[in-house]
Amino acid sequence: MTTSTDMRTEFARTVAELLDEDPRTAVVLADISADLFTESAHRHPDRTLNVGIREPLMLSVAGGLSLTGMRPIAHSYAPFLVERSFEQIKLDLGHQDARAVLVSVGASYDWTQGGRTHQSPGDVAVLDSLPGFAVHVPGHPDEVPSLLRHAVAADRSAYVRLSNRTNAAPRPAAVTEAGRIDVVRRGGGALVLAVGPMLDPVLAATAGLDVTVGYAATVRPLDLAAVRDLAGTGTPGDAADVVLVEPYLAGTSSRLVDEALADRPHRTLALGVGRTEVRRYGTPEEHDVVHGLDPAGLRRSIDGFLNRGAS
Amino acid sequence: MANAIAGGSVVRMETTLSPLGYDDLPRLLTKLTGDEKHSLSAHSTLDVLWVLYDRVLDVSPATVDDPARDRFLLSKGHGPMAYYAVLAAKGFFPVEWLADFASFDSPLGHHPDRVLVPGAEISSGSLGHGLPLGAGVALGLRAQGHIASRVVVLVGDAELDEGTNHEAIAYAGATGLDNLTVVVVDNQSATHGWPGGVAERFAVNGWLTQVVDGRDRAALEAALTKRSPGQPNVVVAVVEPKSAAQTEQSAQTEQSEK
Repeated sequence: MTTSTDMRTEFARTVAELLDEDPRTAVVLADISADLFTESAHRHPDRTLNVGIREPLMLSVAGGLSLTGMRPIAHSYAPFLVERSFEQIKLDLGHQDARAVLVSVGASYDWTQGGRTHQSPGDVAVLDSLPGFAVHVPGHPDEVPSLLRHAVAADRSAYVRLSNRTNAAPRPAAVTEAGRIDVVRRGGGALVLAVGPMLDPVLAATAGLDVTVGYAATVRPLDLAAVRDLAGTGTPGDAADVVLVEPYLAGTSSRLVDEALADRPHRTLALGVGRTEVRRYGTPEEHDVVHGLDPAGLRRSIDGFLNRGAS
Repeated sequence: MANAIAGGSVVRMETTLSPLGYDDLPRLLTKLTGDEKHSLSAHSTLDVLWVLYDRVLDVSPATVDDPARDRFLLSKGHGPMAYYAVLAAKGFFPVEWLADFASFDSPLGHHPDRVLVPGAEISSGSLGHGLPLGAGVALGLRAQGHIASRVVVLVGDAELDEGTNHEAIAYAGATGLDNLTVVVVDNQSATHGWPGGVAERFAVNGWLTQVVDGRDRAALEAALTKRSPGQPNVVVAVVEPKSAAQTEQSAQTEQSEK
């Protein structure tokens, strides 16, 4: 199935609507994607702000807008939005008790030909060091509008992580305000939890396996009640098994899963992007293979994990 | 929130919230520093802060939550004693709060926290955040139609080393953010200096610039009330060089030890 649009376009379209609907909203840009907001800049010049190539200023301006009671949305490539401007996020949002919705593009390695400078596998882990952020990871362009609207309507800061990588179909049940894990397939064994665009590779990898596949498009807060429910009770000698498959740094959510299952014997396999810098260009699919995130690589890891448990 | 932290201070507020004057500041500073001999000149920001709160800014304890109030952002958050003294003198919080400065139960730390300090518009301490934040506040006021409200940010000349200031200086100049004022308290403490003067960095970006004696309160008032449509403005308040102030301080310390 091909999609008629992409996540960034859906984001810009939704923001244009929000600017029309709610005078509290403002979008703050640092040149990237500014061409998608030309019409908004014409309609709402005081609330469509492009500060030029100045990402720390973009975040500080978002903080200042929030201090006056507005609801800013800041947007750039993930490394410039989250990593370059991290102290601005920590201090000019969090420490000021200000709030903003941050929306990135680029993800872990959408633009492999661009190399390391445009890759941000650590973005969610970095934000995880701060209190209070909601994190949304849509897996399909059609999931972007509702996730973005929920993020903007809420009172807290949020991070919406857009990607060119998408699943074939949206999962509307996963993009509600409650941010629940959507059960895609029920089985008798382990819970395999796929985040955002990892769902299709996970479904391909687990074909024929007796596992439950869950899908999360909201990972902060993570629906730990569902993790507890779907992982099974776990008993001595028969541990509850959870396989986390995240499109960013491997292990980013392990801590939460382990805390949620602290009352029962359990094992966790955390799959995601590795820490080693891959000094190769090529395609995202080729990098999937390096990180073991292609269906065959996922299957090898999952088989190894489950078979170790059985032996 | 601050009241919850400060415990019983609320009870005492009734007797201590009448506004005080400039001449009360040494007494208030002594509460903070415990140092009877500390001269006002050791506090480089004191006169600027007093002029702002006494004669320039349209904000008071009664309007501290008014969306259209003027905003003062102390970016240079280290050494906030003069700021606390002025806020206390103007009745934003009880004078008694000054006494246990930076204790576990005090809302007043070595760097101000806006969540804890009534009247403090931002939390500062890490340099280079106030001016970019101030640009955002100025934009937010404009977007909401509070066109008469203004934002004043105080930075130090050494703080200008931080590159984030220059992002904001360039952007505010280019977009004519005329509800934004920066006061640079210039005690010539930047390690590599600013050849040609601090004001030049603003002037090339289209700001209205004024350089005044940072101890001359009438001159400060005149400069801080002057505005220019379509232009942000900067007032460089020149005070004694930090090295000289430190020498004076250490001389006083020696004196007190004798």
